[in-house]
Amino acid sequence: MITLSGIEKKYQMGDQTVHALRGIDLHIDKNEFVAFIGASGSGKSTMMNIVGCLDRPSAGTYKLNGRDVATMDSDELALVRNAEIGFIFQSFHLLPRATALDNVAQPLIYRGIGHKERSRMAAEALEHVGLGARMHHRPNELSGGQRQRVAIARALVGKPAILLADEPTGNLDSSTSLEILSLIKELHRNGQTVVMVTHEPEIAEQCHRIVRLHDGRVLSDVRNTPGE
Amino acid sequence: MFLLIESVRSALNSIRAHRMRSFLTSLGIIIGVASVITVISLIQGLSKSVTKQFEGLGGNSLTITAHNTMKDVMRGKFNELRYEDIQQLRSRVEDISDVSPIFLLSSPTVRYGSTETSARIMATTPTYQEVQQRFATMGRFLSESDEASARRVAVIGPKLIETLHLPENPVGQYISFSNEWFKIIGVMEKRGELFGMSQDDYVIVPFRTGRSIIGNNQKLRNMQFTVSLKDISKLEEVKPRIRAVMRASHKLEPDAPDDFDMESSDQLAKSLDNITSTVTLVMGGIVSIALLVGGIGIMNIMLVSVTERTREIGICKAIGARSRDIMMQFLIEAVTLSVLGGLIGLVLGYGLGFGISKMIPDFPDAVVPWWAVVLSFVFSAGVGIVFGVMPASKAAKLDPIDALRYE
Repeated sequence: MITLSGIEKKYQMGDQTVHALRGIDLHIDKNEFVAFIGASGSGKSTMMNIVGCLDRPSAGTYKLNGRDVATMDSDELALVRNAEIGFIFQSFHLLPRATALDNVAQPLIYRGIGHKERSRMAAEALEHVGLGARMHHRPNELSGGQRQRVAIARALVGKPAILLADEPTGNLDSSTSLEILSLIKELHRNGQTVVMVTHEPEIAEQCHRIVRLHDGRVLSDVRNTPGE
Repeated sequence: MFLLIESVRSALNSIRAHRMRSFLTSLGIIIGVASVITVISLIQGLSKSVTKQFEGLGGNSLTITAHNTMKDVMRGKFNELRYEDIQQLRSRVEDISDVSPIFLLSSPTVRYGSTETSARIMATTPTYQEVQQRFATMGRFLSESDEASARRVAVIGPKLIETLHLPENPVGQYISFSNEWFKIIGVMEKRGELFGMSQDDYVIVPFRTGRSIIGNNQKLRNMQFTVSLKDISKLEEVKPRIRAVMRASHKLEPDAPDDFDMESSDQLAKSLDNITSTVTLVMGGIVSIALLVGGIGIMNIMLVSVTERTREIGICKAIGARSRDIMMQFLIEAVTLSVLGGLIGLVLGYGLGFGISKMIPDFPDAVVPWWAVVLSFVFSAGVGIVFGVMPASKAAKLDPIDALRYE
């Protein structure tokens, strides 16, 4: 499903060239549950952006579902982000002025789905993450855990092939973190491919495959059986 | 189309979320459009009523006046029209149906009993009625025999009944001016007011009566002729003929300039039209500056808004918005702001125009022509597009990762 070969990423920061990724080869299959771990600066966020088609690699090829991302123009990439990838961010990234329902429905606008159908699908997704009762609240009226649930609902509403979670529990307290994590695990059990970035070992322990990055290279890539 | 509807929806949401700011943003447009509509509605109302007044001035008539240059006047040399000119015109230009001479007497104080007032006193012939298309509503107008025997009779404007405290039917009463008594034989129809001045405070006496008051050997410097034509469509053909007859009557050398002017009431109306359209144009210029300033205001706020919403733009891009979705969203927001401003300005301007025209006594009602409505809409939408493009393209060009990281 995801095939990365020889991925490199360099970018300018002031007058320094940062070599964030130095040749990554990786393959992720359908229905995998992968964690990227590593210290800050190890390149895991850059990885995430490239896998999520927010960024393009400086070198190497990235094939998503068999298609080379390098050949797509920015509109096609937008379409991929819309339809095949669902993002969950550490700081939730909800639209502050929109209700939970409108937030979840937002990606469907770009797909050209009408208002009624959009609301129905968004409501269904919110029910699914257990927020059916708080659909008409704005993000600032919701707790951190609830906000992340809205974000998960938004990521899932378009039925994406891959769920990309960038430190999804980073801004949450430990009990809420567990709730969110078990929700993600449940999604995985139902067949969702999940790729998660984290720096917390106990979160990574819950995943089925742990890829450790260091200085822009894959340091280790091990199977893991989560102890329940 | 779908994109458009969604963009309008999102624009309205965003405007609703920042009500105060949106209002202040479009204030420039509101003021611009309101002022253009106010001024246009007042001017249009005025010109409509003035045009109406001119229509009553006798559409198929031509006015001939003596032509006096400033230089001649300074030298004490006055050109004048002569009573004999009338005979010449009547007999030698067959397209003329009538000629009515008129001149003003210089003693404007009119008395009735112990009341006195000032009024214009005009001396003219019985043909005045037909030529000017104005008729007596009470009593009768001057007759040929009044003229022939230079009777001391007067036809008055209806305003004088009021100002002189005359009885409701003043026919048969006597008024005095220039140390002479005149019997009122008729009252003219009401003409109303023009620019707040009554058009009905005048006295008409027979031409020869007027002459004898001034003194038969005195010159009639302010005499003018109103010439009515049998067929107004022949106006342009008749004019040179009249000119030739007048020149011959005044015994002008071939290379001497005309010592008289000819003007058709139609020309007057046209020059008035010219004035109003010039004023409208000048106002348009001023207003377009106001709209420009309003547009810059919108651009300014939209730029701030793009910066402020950088993160939101990043989010939208991350979840699949294309550049053109973002572009459209911000462009439509700018256009919606300016069009809403235009709409408010339109209502405000109409209200103001109407209010002002009601507040000034005798001012004609404001009229808002449809083209002004369409124009102000098109203009405000145009301002929105022109000044929305820069912020919108700035938003669309944002890199999603940078935008997401923006604090």
